[in-house]
Amino acid sequence: MTSLSLAHPTCMPRLHFHDVAYQAAGQLLLGPLSLQLEGNHRTLIMGPNGAGKSLLMRLAHGLVKPSSGHLHWCGHVPRQAMVFQHPVLLRRSARANLEYALAVQGCPRNRRRQRAMEALEHFGLANVTRRPARVLSGGEQQRLALARAWLLEPEVLFLDEPTSALDPAAIRAVEDAINTFHHAGVRIVMSSHDLHQARRLADDVIFLHHGKLLEHSPADTFFQVPATVQAKAFIQGELMD
Amino acid sequence: MSDSAFITALQLIANFDPELLAIVSLSLRVSLSAVIIAAFIGLPLGAALALYRFPGRAIIIVVFNALMGLPPVVAGLSVYLLLSRAGPLGEFGLLFTPTAMIVAQVILILPILVSLTRQRIEELHGEYAEQLSSMSVSKARRIPTLLWDARLALITVILAGLGRASAEVGAVMIVGGNIDGVTRVMTTAIVLETSKGNLALALGLGLILMLLVALLNGMAYLIGEGTKRSLG
Amino acid sequence: MTKTWLPVLLGITLAASFITPALAEDPVSTEEKAPFITLASTTSTENSGLFDAILPQFKKARGIDVHVVAVGTGQAFEMARRGDADSLLVHDKTAEESFVAEGYATERDDVMYNDFVLIGPKDDPANINSAESVTDALARIADSEAPFASRGDDSGTNRAELRLWEAADIQAQGEWYRELGSGMGATLNTAAAMDAYTLSDRATWVSFDNRQNLDLLYAGDEALFNQYGSLLMSPEKYPHLKHDLAAQWHQWLLSDEGQQAIADFRVKGEQLFFPNAATNK
Repeated sequence: MTSLSLAHPTCMPRLHFHDVAYQAAGQLLLGPLSLQLEGNHRTLIMGPNGAGKSLLMRLAHGLVKPSSGHLHWCGHVPRQAMVFQHPVLLRRSARANLEYALAVQGCPRNRRRQRAMEALEHFGLANVTRRPARVLSGGEQQRLALARAWLLEPEVLFLDEPTSALDPAAIRAVEDAINTFHHAGVRIVMSSHDLHQARRLADDVIFLHHGKLLEHSPADTFFQVPATVQAKAFIQGELMD
Repeated sequence: MSDSAFITALQLIANFDPELLAIVSLSLRVSLSAVIIAAFIGLPLGAALALYRFPGRAIIIVVFNALMGLPPVVAGLSVYLLLSRAGPLGEFGLLFTPTAMIVAQVILILPILVSLTRQRIEELHGEYAEQLSSMSVSKARRIPTLLWDARLALITVILAGLGRASAEVGAVMIVGGNIDGVTRVMTTAIVLETSKGNLALALGLGLILMLLVALLNGMAYLIGEGTKRSLG
Repeated sequence: MTKTWLPVLLGITLAASFITPALAEDPVSTEEKAPFITLASTTSTENSGLFDAILPQFKKARGIDVHVVAVGTGQAFEMARRGDADSLLVHDKTAEESFVAEGYATERDDVMYNDFVLIGPKDDPANINSAESVTDALARIADSEAPFASRGDDSGTNRAELRLWEAADIQAQGEWYRELGSGMGATLNTAAAMDAYTLSDRATWVSFDNRQNLDLLYAGDEALFNQYGSLLMSPEKYPHLKHDLAAQWHQWLLSDEGQQAIADFRVKGEQLFFPNAATNK
């Protein structure tokens, strides 16, 4: 699997949020908040539904522009990929989905097939190569989305609740895949409202509530001595409004 | 009356009437050519209209939507004035040829293909936009992507165009002239037979036309089902 | 880019070639090799089947195809005026002569005639069957206000009808007078459906099948004489037209051979057009 090891960036780019806020239809949905994402560990964005987790991630990935404040990458803008809660797969075979991602990147035609096959194999999808992507099971679809992200050779990978609709076996496979990225040196930024998953994966935690950044701390600190009552309640599994 | 029309239709088919065959094949040639040409222009144009934002876009969309109801006679008359000797393209001598009929039908069905394609592609793009943006896919690159992924819906769009092309008579009558053996197609033959009072023959031709259109639709349906099964 | 397009292109081409195997040999174009002229003519001549009978004979004699575009006389003149027809065969002598006078055409000759007939419901509510003249017949229709279906399409027949009303000094208007804006056949269909009187050329009437309750009720007045003329377009005004071929057609129509072909044309045993080129020349 030597061909699958990603180049380790010598210097990890840092993402700065400066008083970033986002509003739509006159309503403030997120922020204003300031934070930094650095290092190449795994950051979990946590918080109850509607806290602004997805929005924060889309801002970081550049899919939406902040209404005020600004964010910028220190160093260079890294290659990025994003995996969505509901994987958006093209209406083609599993392999064609991967070949498309390669084609978009300008990968020469004669190399696409082989690289796609390698990625399929690596993410345990070798037996569904020719199946239409959209009839795969939820877990397979999400792994295919991860395989596609893999081929984009990202330095930063964003994942928006990638396992929220999956059963335990599929969740495990997806988490393994995420760790594959991590071990290859890819910066992971992932949202989740699953505490167990967060405990398994997180190196640090960003806790959002009602669009406000309440905590950003190492995972151990967050889970053992949360600084806010909201975080404490969330960790104890209380229903939050 | 309808009984004898049915019998007439059967007789025409059974006899494999060469004149009928020529009329049917010209109808198919004209309408299929028009649909293919209109599809090559209309599908990318519709997709572009779905993806790009520019001043005047709304006006263009409204105009194309309105042109879906363009009366065939008006399309025919415009093409007639264009191709007539006294018109700007007169010197090409295209009036009263199958080419002129194809041009008129392209104009007639292009708005349908553009408008319906734009609508389908907008829907699909609503689903794909974030993923494609995430992969930094340019707008121009998205056009073939979305067209291919919407192929099932677009088959129906193309069929709508084909239906209008093969059913209309106003445009082909004016620019083709209904010349026997040269520009006579199913619909103009039906008009002619009606004006001769041969209602049974006219209705018989109508039945054959409907049979052909049903056949084309059936084939497209099968192709669509096949694609659905093999690609999801 | 090409990769995604290729299957689409292939699919469409395949579908097209599957659906239209008959297109390969293209029965139309093989015959089209012969030179041809475009003839603007009237629906009455086309609908009667006259061209089906005489064009093959002309082709045999001169090797020229004639592409007949059959429209109303008004539209035929407009077509010719725009330079879209090589020759004209119409039936409105007054208009034809002014067409020549205005310089659009150089020559006009009588070719043949038939006559107009009054058609109406069999029970003949206006009693035109016993009319003494066409003027009398029209007056009876107007007096009884029985429905009358007019072509209303500026065709030769329509123009003849309007001249007849004028000659009878009748204002043809009111609810009984219906302008249809249709061809001869369509007008007969409509008249049959609403039991109306109408003026038709004899040729269309004889070859018309959907008569229902309609019958020929009045004919024979000299005022109903319907003359057809052939016109040659002006070479100065329309240098692009096929004047040589059109002249051959024109001459053939006036020749003994052409005149005989017209005389020989029969529908249901009835002669529909009477050649009169020689008598008028």
